[in-house]
Amino acid sequence: MFAFILRRLIQAVIVMIAVAFISFMLFQYVGDPVTFLLGQDATPQQIAELRSALGLDKPFFVQFWHFLVNAAQGEFGISLRQGAKVSSLIAERFPATFELAMVAALLALVVGVPMGVYAALRRGSFMSQMFMTLSLLGVSLPTFLIGILLILIFSVHLGWFPSFGRGTTMQLGFWSTGLLSAKGWHHIILPAITLAIFQLTLIMRLVRAEMLEVLRTDYIKFAKARGLSNRTIYFGHALKNTLVPVMTITGLQLGGLIAFAIITETVFQWPGMGLLFIQAVTFADIPVMAAYLCLIALIFVVINLVVDLLYFAVDPRLRVEKSGGH
Amino acid sequence: MKQPSLALVAIAVAAVLSAGVAQAKPFKWASQADVASWDIHAQNNGLHNAIHPYVYETLVTYNSKTFAVEPLLATSWKEVSPKQMRFALRQGVKFQDGSSFTADDAVFSITRAMAKTSNYGPFVQGIEKVVKVDDGTIDIFMVDPNPVLLRQMTELRMMSKAWSEKNKSTEPMDIKKADENFAHRNAMGTGPFILESWQPDVRMVLKKNPNWWGQMPGNVSSITYTPIKSAPTRMAALLSGEVDMILDPTPQDLNRLRASPDLKILEGLENRTIFFGMDQFRDELPGSSVKGKNPLKEQKVRQALYQSIDIQAITKTILRGLGKPTGTLVAPQVNGWTETVGQRLPYNQDAAKKLLVEAGYPDGFEVDFACPNNRYISDEAICQAVTAMWAKIGVKAKLRTLPMVTYFPMIQRNEASIYMLGWGVPTFDSLYSLQSLVRSVGKGGDGNYNVGRYSNERMDYLVDRVKTETDQPVRTRMLTEGLQLSNDTVSHLPLYDQVIPWAMKKNIDLVHRADNRIDIKLVTVR
Repeated sequence: MFAFILRRLIQAVIVMIAVAFISFMLFQYVGDPVTFLLGQDATPQQIAELRSALGLDKPFFVQFWHFLVNAAQGEFGISLRQGAKVSSLIAERFPATFELAMVAALLALVVGVPMGVYAALRRGSFMSQMFMTLSLLGVSLPTFLIGILLILIFSVHLGWFPSFGRGTTMQLGFWSTGLLSAKGWHHIILPAITLAIFQLTLIMRLVRAEMLEVLRTDYIKFAKARGLSNRTIYFGHALKNTLVPVMTITGLQLGGLIAFAIITETVFQWPGMGLLFIQAVTFADIPVMAAYLCLIALIFVVINLVVDLLYFAVDPRLRVEKSGGH
Repeated sequence: MKQPSLALVAIAVAAVLSAGVAQAKPFKWASQADVASWDIHAQNNGLHNAIHPYVYETLVTYNSKTFAVEPLLATSWKEVSPKQMRFALRQGVKFQDGSSFTADDAVFSITRAMAKTSNYGPFVQGIEKVVKVDDGTIDIFMVDPNPVLLRQMTELRMMSKAWSEKNKSTEPMDIKKADENFAHRNAMGTGPFILESWQPDVRMVLKKNPNWWGQMPGNVSSITYTPIKSAPTRMAALLSGEVDMILDPTPQDLNRLRASPDLKILEGLENRTIFFGMDQFRDELPGSSVKGKNPLKEQKVRQALYQSIDIQAITKTILRGLGKPTGTLVAPQVNGWTETVGQRLPYNQDAAKKLLVEAGYPDGFEVDFACPNNRYISDEAICQAVTAMWAKIGVKAKLRTLPMVTYFPMIQRNEASIYMLGWGVPTFDSLYSLQSLVRSVGKGGDGNYNVGRYSNERMDYLVDRVKTETDQPVRTRMLTEGLQLSNDTVSHLPLYDQVIPWAMKKNIDLVHRADNRIDIKLVTVR
């Protein structure tokens, strides 16, 4: 057990170093921010001085080593664009992204599961045909297009929802939340829908397929033979078993939601980590970009690690194999 | 049914009437980026210099319409000697914390701009030291006579000495250090607005300073600035009425905005000129088909490239009117410009072909051509169009386009044979352009963006003379001569002056400034 966890942890660290290395290597090609910092009237001497002061003229491996040593202490340096600590910038932005991702995930579950169940139970009916067609649209339309369409319809034409920003937020310790006011909810609806659409269709199709699978199994047939009501069979037995894989997928997708909120955040000027990253890219703000990529990798690594450990806890067969093949 | 009471009617009428009077109103605007710092000397960029004046004032300022230098925190100034300027400071000016603005603050602020960690070097260039004469007077001593000192000073804003000492912000924010200073997130000046809150990249709110010394012609009571990165979202924010104005609408949306009954577009010439530069230094161009010599050193070749560009077609179809063709390196608002130097050589492909034959390239040649793809309005599309135009005279330009973070360092390493550049002139004086663009590469700002390494003795002489020439008519004549010399030798291929559209609600009145800044004092919300 201990050896297994240790092995997984070592693997996780190796993955993190690899990600850090690759992301840091990419930045060698994004250019340098010196021109932005100094403005068009800077003299060549000033530019050279600033580059060397920022360490941009040092060899790649020296820069990477400094980055690793600092990163290991949770210190990612100072944002070149904003002049603030990267760690505090990310801490400021994380709540916005996290709330958006959670609301989107919730939305995807609350809408996606019933739609999937309906599509499975009433296979061939007009409504389920509609759901299936809509779900195709949902997976094939790019996120930014969905976002812009929603803005066009609900902000510009109908004027129901604001087109950008997070509205007013409240501060709960280090956490800033927009979910405690009506205004905050008003602002989160459109971006959350935009981010949720892909997950929603995924969950719906998954639930439908799983449900159809389960309905074919023997224990459902026996349940029917015992004369249980359809309601008990579908929701008491079939749905429960359907939801196990759905939960696993949703959990794994949460990391994806946080990571891929970039586009949604840009379209809605949602002040989360994705927007921070995109603006860092246009400015070649290397410390912010590196920190963001490492953080996202960390989220994925942690989620995968937790899932592995959970399987390990749940499935006794794994334990037997790992302990030397008795 | 009961008749509406008289009192109710009276209230309603009063409400309607008072709506007609210019009341103090909030003003919400948006553009693409955010200021990176409120430390007034941290970063020298356009948006900073546009927003910081809401809170921090300078000694002198530009008139928003004529760009003549006008008094602000200094009431008058006079030359004590060619190297010494004396400024009388305005009396009774209070900082927003209630303390008085004095000569100590002025000396402190200008000296702070001269610190090593400051990025305002270009605006204190030539200043030797600043000395307090008495509480209401300061002297600025210059290394050499400096005829553009006043224009430089329009960007040197005043902060409180006591406030920065108390908050440990006497040095400009140093981005190399891992800590921010107090002045980075807080602001305290003498200006008409007080910074109330600022969440970087999210929202900035400023409210009117009730104790401001001046009179405001406009009626803005508070300002909310929101950076909105995505262009369609910015547009939607304006269309849905969430903001009153956007600074940077996209060209392709302009017609739609114009068609809207609630909106209007204000267009004006920016003091930024877009042109192509050419490597006139190397003996052989990398990546060119011509070996052993550099065709761009040949004036006839440069002129051929010039005359084969159909600039009317570009400004009309690609820029949709957002560019005014020009024949020189500066825009009309800039000192030194004349109608004559602004004339373009005629577009003539036959003449261009003939010039190429005379220069010894009857079949044309291949050349490297670099452009940014996210810096100027439609930059990439323009370069593609020009590539096609050059192909017609046999010049095969191998176009590569880069995002600006890689583009600018690349051209500064002199790697591009032909490159696109836009040059704005914050001093409204041609010296700024001539010194950077065509003066031979030398010390300080000399030729700092002369990436093609053009060199001309007469030009160097003119630029160096103009730096210290204080006789205005003589100076202006020499500036015009410099521009004309650049035209005559085809040092660059001038293209157009950028036209900047601002989009706003119909009820907003303001003045379009050539430096793309909103003079908040002149904004009226009806």
